Amino acid sequence: MSSEFSGLLTAAVFLPLAAAVVIAILVRGVRLTRVVAGAAALAELVLSAVVFLRYDSEEGGVQLVDRVADWIPIETFEVQYFLGVDGLSAPLVLLTGLLGMAAVFASWGIKVRVREYFIWLLVLQTAVMGVFTALDFLLFFLMWEVELVPMFFLISIWGSGRREYSAMKFLIYTFLGSAFMLVGIVTLFFMTGTFDMTELPREIAAAAPIIPMGVIFTLLFIAFAVKLPVFPLHTWLPDAHTDAPTAVSVMLAGVLLKMGGYGMIRVSTAMFPDVIADAAPFLAALGVVNVLYGAVVTLRQTDLKRLIAFSSISHMGYVLVGISSVAGVAGSVSPTGLTGAAMQMFTHGTITGLMFLLVGLVYDKAHTRYIPDLGGLATRMPVLASAFLLAGLASLGLPGTSGFVSELLIFLGAFPVWGWATALSAFGIVITAGYILWMVQRTMFGPAKERFGSVRDATVAEMAPIFVLVVAVIGVGVYPAFVSDVFAGGVESLIEALQDPGLLALR
Amino acid sequence: MTSHDIYLLSPELATAGLAGLLLLVDLVIRRKGWLAPAAVLGLAAPLAFTILLWLDLDAGRSLASDGILSESFVVDRFSLFFKFLLIGSAAVVMLMSGGYARQVQRFESAFYALALFSTSGMMLLASSVELVTIYVSLELTALPIAALAAFLADGRSSESGLKFLILSGISSALLLYGMVLVYGFTGATVLSEVGARIVDIGLDDGLPFGSYALLFGVVLIIAGFGFKITAFPFQMWAPDVYEGAPTSITAFLSVASKAAGFAVIMRVFYVAFPIEALAIEWSAIFAALAALSMTVGNLVAIAQSNIKRMLAYSTIAHAGYLMVGLAAAAVRVETPQADVGPSGSLFYLGGYAVTNLAAFAAVVAVSRRTGTDELGSFAGLGRRAPLLAAALAFAMVSLTGAPPTVGFMAKIYIFGAAVNAGLAWLAIVGVLNSVVSAYYYLRVVRVMVLSAPRDETPIRPPLPVGLALFITTAGVLAFGVYPAPLIQFARAAVSVLL
Repeated sequence: MSSEFSGLLTAAVFLPLAAAVVIAILVRGVRLTRVVAGAAALAELVLSAVVFLRYDSEEGGVQLVDRVADWIPIETFEVQYFLGVDGLSAPLVLLTGLLGMAAVFASWGIKVRVREYFIWLLVLQTAVMGVFTALDFLLFFLMWEVELVPMFFLISIWGSGRREYSAMKFLIYTFLGSAFMLVGIVTLFFMTGTFDMTELPREIAAAAPIIPMGVIFTLLFIAFAVKLPVFPLHTWLPDAHTDAPTAVSVMLAGVLLKMGGYGMIRVSTAMFPDVIADAAPFLAALGVVNVLYGAVVTLRQTDLKRLIAFSSISHMGYVLVGISSVAGVAGSVSPTGLTGAAMQMFTHGTITGLMFLLVGLVYDKAHTRYIPDLGGLATRMPVLASAFLLAGLASLGLPGTSGFVSELLIFLGAFPVWGWATALSAFGIVITAGYILWMVQRTMFGPAKERFGSVRDATVAEMAPIFVLVVAVIGVGVYPAFVSDVFAGGVESLIEALQDPGLLALR
Repeated sequence: MTSHDIYLLSPELATAGLAGLLLLVDLVIRRKGWLAPAAVLGLAAPLAFTILLWLDLDAGRSLASDGILSESFVVDRFSLFFKFLLIGSAAVVMLMSGGYARQVQRFESAFYALALFSTSGMMLLASSVELVTIYVSLELTALPIAALAAFLADGRSSESGLKFLILSGISSALLLYGMVLVYGFTGATVLSEVGARIVDIGLDDGLPFGSYALLFGVVLIIAGFGFKITAFPFQMWAPDVYEGAPTSITAFLSVASKAAGFAVIMRVFYVAFPIEALAIEWSAIFAALAALSMTVGNLVAIAQSNIKRMLAYSTIAHAGYLMVGLAAAAVRVETPQADVGPSGSLFYLGGYAVTNLAAFAAVVAVSRRTGTDELGSFAGLGRRAPLLAAALAFAMVSLTGAPPTVGFMAKIYIFGAAVNAGLAWLAIVGVLNSVVSAYYYLRVVRVMVLSAPRDETPIRPPLPVGLALFITTAGVLAFGVYPAPLIQFARAAVSVLL
């Protein structure tokens, strides 16, 4: 374990934090705060794009490593500062950069306690970046927990409705999950003597478990399940989304939920190959429940934000279905389903991020999110309405948009393994089509309403982040290999143990 | 008494000497304002002696006396760890005491002197290796605190002092009874000899602790010490005493007194009740007490609206977390990482000390100004005193055990020790408790940030209190980001026990 340091990832992780510190100490005044935050977000987008582009998926493995091996050099607590990206995390870093930028620019309208707001938003971005790039389990956990406090403040101060209740609920749920994760992590450490996530899969296979592997798996899985969220641990999500400010919803749906899926692939799948194979039927079942329950509940939502929140639950169900394909057929596991799950996280991030941005704008202009009160907005705001329609179509998986690719991969991967479950979850698409089209029709189309007479379309400044996300949605839809090849490479190396029975037989 | 003995005792002697000096100086000087800085700066003397002793020691070795102290008093890294901790805590407590000491003008020097006497008792306690010495040191620790708790001389403060005095007396009696039983069983009062004889006598495997005498003895000793560290079910006194006492004394009680209690518990149990023979039994008792303490402390803390009472219950909960390290003792024989448990307790103590002192310093700063400890008086503190509120919020985050604070690292370390000892259930109880505690700790943050202030006037803490707050908060952050030195320190300290 030698130290190496390229610095790129460290910069990507800590740039937002540095900007937050600058705002806290040096910057006075609303305008300058916005400029600093905006500049940081743009720089962060550039950095994350550089990370993504510099990641060589031909070569594979962990790259761009920043490692200080002796952060805490004590044999009972051997912690490294270890950042790196592989095929699984590189696209998620890009996603975080994209949505972080969108979130900062969607926050231009924040009026109260502006400096504090941007400070927390930037700290949040550092935490999420940290989760996706940390390869030391303790550092990963630290970043995972750091994200709680900014979210708590962002929802409880700048939210709406029952914001304090929702913020506390979010916090308690997530903290509960991560409490279990903590026990799981330390158990793995005392089994293997390392927190190094790249070594852990091999070390765990060689070590004698202190407590049954199934228990450790469950402890860790609960944390990821709360985050994803998996039914019945999802109830924090609609509340948090509904009451959070727009930009925070974008971050929450766009990247924070992905931390759950990321953990399921990086930890639950790669480190517990035989346990996850046994657990796969439950994952498939939970996935189907998530997809169908989420979709059905979405159908009868009347608040735009709540509707998208529930649709997120439904869409995250597909991630579970994709992961459940690791049970394999006749001993061979194809990476298609997992690649699809990872793709679904990326595409859902861009699509739902876009949706929340648009809903935020609609609310700013029409002053309501209550669907029956809306209608006929397309005539007043054609550009917004087209973007809205596009996001909706991508969400229901229309070919040519990114949503199609990921769901197709999931079905292709999971069908040979869990035929019925896959078929049932595919039915979710039909319901999705129902609620999406119905929602778009009720809000954007229909007769123009008189009281929206003075409503204006999005300004150029508001359009910019939307445009970026639209490009991402269509771009990945048209040329999915740009992202999916990277994911596929990353996933394949993670499931080596599953594909190689010899490795499993060692246990 | 040889000069070597005096050298060994120098930190304690310097502390007690400083206390006496303060009392004398008070008689002759007119500007009492010099007393507080003198008390704080005077602690440099015992600190210097402690450093000197530390440098004189090799790892795992102890400096024993060849004179009259030979069997009762020892200087080793374990005791020096606690002396550093106690001197540091005492200094911070003095810094935030100014307002309370001045409240009773005639006795300003007495306030500092009493606190210093108590500190010297605690330092003796950390070095005592003989039952009678332990008992005497314990009394030296407790009696000044009873006076200090009653220092404000109003109804609540007097009640607090009296309660502490009576309950402390009862617990001392229990402890003494336990010691007598152990002495009767083994015929020895020197801890190492007690341990050796227990192994020699041979124990009946059918009975817990191998003999009823020993069983009752150990249970009574745990009861006596349990009072010191506010472990359930010996925690009843804490909320009332904490609420009534001057806040700086509350901080002193919750940090220094508890640290001394843990020092002596660890010494007694590791040395006198050898791990090979008895650890399974006593670590099981501590596991149960740990689970109960944290659960009771946290659940009751939720219902509190007075921040000092809330912190009192939180102290009980943290006593539970700390005992997890003791519960993890039994693993020693089985794995090479035997010191995770005890070093976890010490690391946690260090982290808890800076965090709790930071929290109390912030409470002192606010309540000196608003005249109340109700949670409501913290409303809008974020606007009235942003830095103060940030520091208090940071302390709350650390008590919850979230990053980037020392509380986070300590929590991971100590629950890791539990897992390592095969006590995964205790670790799970612990983490669930930290979720419960998040609710009430963050309620403080929520009140400060979200509620509208009762009046808008800014609060500026007095310079010494601000200094105390700055030092402790810096500690919380520094050890949260880079805990390695503190862990190394703790591991060096416990190496003599194993």
